[in-house]
Amino acid sequence: MNFLLVGIAGIIGALLRYFLGVYFGQWWFHDFPLATFVTNMAGSFILGWFTNFLPRFKSLHPHVITALGTGLIGSFTTFSTFSVETVHLISAAKWGTALLYVLLSLWGGLLFSWMGYRLGLTADKAAEIVRGEK
Amino acid sequence: MITNIALVAAGGFFGALSRFGLSKLIKRRYPSTFPIATFIINLLGSFLLGLIFGANLENTWRLLLGTGFMGAFTTFSTFKLENIQLQANRNWKVSILYLGLSYTLGIVLAFIGIKLG
Repeated sequence: MNFLLVGIAGIIGALLRYFLGVYFGQWWFHDFPLATFVTNMAGSFILGWFTNFLPRFKSLHPHVITALGTGLIGSFTTFSTFSVETVHLISAAKWGTALLYVLLSLWGGLLFSWMGYRLGLTADKAAEIVRGEK
Repeated sequence: MITNIALVAAGGFFGALSRFGLSKLIKRRYPSTFPIATFIINLLGSFLLGLIFGANLENTWRLLLGTGFMGAFTTFSTFKLENIQLQANRNWKVSILYLGLSYTLGIVLAFIGIKLG
């Protein structure tokens, strides 16, 4: 059951990523692979947030939480496309853009993941206070 | 368009399943502070996506195996979250090693894949 849910969520995640790329014409902005970048930043933020926020809802089955996080967001974001795009930039001798892409993904991803993570934590703690547990 | 959607969906289904299954297997067999499961999955996926691009496959296969399967198999969000969790536990050295190795080897393996493909 868990596997099936993760697979179905994976379909949604992969399709969202695909549509984002298609509808924005692959979204290369001055050689910069913007579609993948935006996808990865948004996904990092949401997964960080989900991790601390979703377990708050006791009615949500753990399998559903795994499907939303690991399945949906995990499939939405991609590391392989990032690697291949970077190689393409390097092969085209676009060193500056390649370096910018790697550094922005590195630091931006950490920042967005951390912001989501913190947002989930704060909301969690706030809810405990409202419920009178603290 | 409908065919394209079906191809990406099928790839996404099996990509997510493979990541989930392989990740569980590796975590059970080799429990460690270093997130070895996501690490192996992302590096393997980078190499294989390189192969797919290098082989110049027709669009059908690229959508099924590339955008669908490899896109869903590898993950950026989990990779970042694991680093945030490592840093929250003050495992700075492991986090720096994980970041450095993932980016360096991911790009090198994608390059080798494209050349071999």
